[in-house]
Amino acid sequence: MTQWEHLTALELGRAIARGEVTIPEVTQGALERIAREDQVYHSYLTVTGEQAMDRAHRLQAQLAKGVGPLYGVPMGLKDNLCTRGVPTTCASKLLEGFCPPYNATVVERLEAAGGVSLGKLNMDEFAMGSTSETSHFGPVRNPWDTQRVAGGSSGGAAAAVAAGLGWYAIGSDTGGSIRQPAAYCGVTGIKPTYGSVSRYGLVAYASSLDQVGPLGRDAADCAAVLEVLQGWDRRDATSVERTYGPLLSQLNQPLNGLRIGLPAQCFPPELDGQTARCVRQAAQVLKERGARIVEVSLPGLEYAVAAYYILASAEASSNLARYDGVKYGWRAEGTQSLEELYCRTRTQGFGLEAKRRMLLGAFVLSSGHYEDYYRTALRARAVIDQGFRQAFGQCDVLLTPVTPAAAPRLGESLSNPLEMYQGDLYTVPVNLAGLPALSMPCGLDGEGLPLGAQLIAPRFEEGVLLRVAHAFQQDTAYHKVQRRGGLEG
Amino acid sequence: MMWETVIGLETHVELSTRSKLFCGCSTAFGGAPNSQCCPVCMGMPGALPVLNRAVVDYAVQVGMALGCAITPVQRFDRKNYFYPDLPKAYQISQLYLPVGRDGQVEIDTAAGRKTIGIHELHMEEDAGKLMHDPWLEQTRVDYNRCGVPLLEIVTRPDFRTAEEVVAYLEKLKETLHYLGVSDCKMEEGSLRCDVNLSVRPAGSDVLGTRTEMKNLNSFKAIARAIGYEARRQMEVLEEGGQVVQETRRWDENKDASYAMRSKENTQDYRYFPEPDLPPVVVSEEHKQRLLDSRPELGEEKRRLYAQQYGLPAYDCQMLTSHRALAAFFEALVALGTPAKQGANWVMGQVLGALSARGLAPEALPITPPTLAALIRMVEEGRLNRNTAVKVFEAVFDQDGDVEAYVAAHGLEQVRDTGVVERTVAQVLEEHPQPVADVRAGKEKAFGFLVGQVMRRLAGQGDPQLVREVLQEKLGEG
Repeated sequence: MTQWEHLTALELGRAIARGEVTIPEVTQGALERIAREDQVYHSYLTVTGEQAMDRAHRLQAQLAKGVGPLYGVPMGLKDNLCTRGVPTTCASKLLEGFCPPYNATVVERLEAAGGVSLGKLNMDEFAMGSTSETSHFGPVRNPWDTQRVAGGSSGGAAAAVAAGLGWYAIGSDTGGSIRQPAAYCGVTGIKPTYGSVSRYGLVAYASSLDQVGPLGRDAADCAAVLEVLQGWDRRDATSVERTYGPLLSQLNQPLNGLRIGLPAQCFPPELDGQTARCVRQAAQVLKERGARIVEVSLPGLEYAVAAYYILASAEASSNLARYDGVKYGWRAEGTQSLEELYCRTRTQGFGLEAKRRMLLGAFVLSSGHYEDYYRTALRARAVIDQGFRQAFGQCDVLLTPVTPAAAPRLGESLSNPLEMYQGDLYTVPVNLAGLPALSMPCGLDGEGLPLGAQLIAPRFEEGVLLRVAHAFQQDTAYHKVQRRGGLEG
Repeated sequence: MMWETVIGLETHVELSTRSKLFCGCSTAFGGAPNSQCCPVCMGMPGALPVLNRAVVDYAVQVGMALGCAITPVQRFDRKNYFYPDLPKAYQISQLYLPVGRDGQVEIDTAAGRKTIGIHELHMEEDAGKLMHDPWLEQTRVDYNRCGVPLLEIVTRPDFRTAEEVVAYLEKLKETLHYLGVSDCKMEEGSLRCDVNLSVRPAGSDVLGTRTEMKNLNSFKAIARAIGYEARRQMEVLEEGGQVVQETRRWDENKDASYAMRSKENTQDYRYFPEPDLPPVVVSEEHKQRLLDSRPELGEEKRRLYAQQYGLPAYDCQMLTSHRALAAFFEALVALGTPAKQGANWVMGQVLGALSARGLAPEALPITPPTLAALIRMVEEGRLNRNTAVKVFEAVFDQDGDVEAYVAAHGLEQVRDTGVVERTVAQVLEEHPQPVADVRAGKEKAFGFLVGQVMRRLAGQGDPQLVREVLQEKLGEG
């Protein structure tokens, strides 16, 4: 018997379309695996088994020729995507039990494409964190080594895909929240261009940086999912009205002559040797595929982490102010005044990291500090944007590490937030410039943990990213290496 | 010491678009609590605002009418503060790049004409409403008003008297009305005004410490609050004290204001650009299109009425006191009614009938063709003026057919010389004493005889004809 969980989403979709397996059969199998294995990984916060089986039967009954490539393929949604009638908690005590009255645009698009949601995926509280340890409901564990973090904030999404608890997952990326956990868990993930995927129904962390995107087994799966997600949405004023090109059918175009830039600033002498070596080897593989490797400069990178934490925290302090216990979600009991209701609800309802960022954000926006911090960070953002423009004058795609090193152990990062923030060096500049970027497995470190390479392209050039990653995955097997930890380890 | 009062105004105008500023919910007043809201205006997690462009058009239209420089690329900003009527915990407003800046409004008072400077105007969303139930000790929130579009118009501190403030507000209200962008109902909160006031020694050019007064619900309240606050500040200063910069709330029942919060407690709103909304671009071409489609303002109509129809200033002012009234008058003239006749009827009978019924000019039941027909019958001598007024009252409410009514009630004027002559002969015969009086030169007796003839003719005699025949017959005797 075929082990369906080892197929990619596209392979499973083809098997379903050909009638080699039924949707209820694979859905049931996935739910059983979640029940069995996710007690350890904790990648799901809510499993919607009954709805998933109902939907699987309905989709199976409607199965016809010409359905899309993802028809009937089970997947998971990060818990900051609104799902009608299904708890959407953002892994926060403050939204425990909150069921939105509407679906996010991406959820509607996935349903229209025949997606089957298995449930809602664990994450850092309100997407604030790099390890998925700030979840109110407990941390996600890395399927490669359960003593290690899965990364964050879309840690549940990356772990679920890595552990075969869903064939793909939808995450969100504000400063690396798709790419970094994808790298830590050995899966592929893409953060699309800002404005190409609707944010309507994505619970906001930092509105000018947030973007929804897929995590999958390989680049082809990500291409198929992104093709469903992308497109203008009149409900999101920042979504861009334009024609979005096909992605899946363009995957096999050759790389001949494509210039891949290695930014000198991304490979400093102090960078971990294994990481640098793996990424440079990836460049070599692409060169053999016909690409040209060029050394480029990416100025402004040194401002990225500081600018990111100022801007993201500022927006977060405003976006999260609505969770005050008045309208929905959790409320502190027994308060005597409005002020006490606000203070106690927010003090007890938010975790440490969310509070740290809201305080930082309120500070940088306060009168007397706005010019020094917020305005300065906006200027830095413009410098970084200019830096990318300059680099893309010399190449078509940039190749960098995703993280300085592989996944840290649980509890290792939380004690030193500044060090944790520094780990976002490679991912945050991309969000500041609104660019698309992809994370793909490119090797293992000395302890057998996956390492990732990041590809960055100019706005709306997702097609190029996916082509390059697909070409790389044709000649390598890193994306197929099975996790060795967890239950099988 | 002589004191001078210095006043600036912040006026919030609710724009009368059908849907809210950032979602499709209705802006209608008076719906059941929480019946006109959605995830967007209730600030649900993940919901996003989408700009209603009609609001921008309204706001730009007002900005241009107030002579402001329109900002070609505007932005929205977030004003952050906690309050249960504000579901997102921030208000989407405009701080850095508002709709327009640097305008002016001409006002007329007994002291003459004066220019009031407009500092700026900006769009923002309204908040919800808290309803306190003292019996149950509960507070409930109605989010229907959340996201209703507001325009805030901020003047320079150019006012010196309450009279000037009221003249400005009247003028502003008229402008908004003529543009058709707001119904300006203070009682429904669609026009709200905060007064910033300070006093200083007459002749000084340094501004004193100001207070801000809120909760002013009528022009009367505004005038009284200004008088009260100016006196209060002068007393404080004359006693050697200092005015505290604070927000004060006007209590209409007590005819006094009291402090709400002082400057030490003022909030830091932590404004920053709203990341969910792209910049708002208003091109020169778009501004021109708006100008081309703009209705005439009251000021423009008054000039036109004076120049084209030769109407006196008083008539021009009265006719343009309301947009619907001016439109009614213009329709009469377009139907061939002489301008002065039309003006007299509108200012006399039409306004009288409206006020007797407590109707607003928009609700005028009679239509211009009906009144034009009536005026024409008077002009043609078929109805005398008194009968016409009665016909007007009769047809006003149902917009009835004037010709049919006059025919059905036999109201047309008696202009048959034979009938008039016979009636005059009878009256002269029955009243020998007044006849003798007239002949003896007593003018009063002539009037009595006219009255008797008119009575016999049931008021429908052509007065001109009756006088002629009487004079003739009396002369014969």
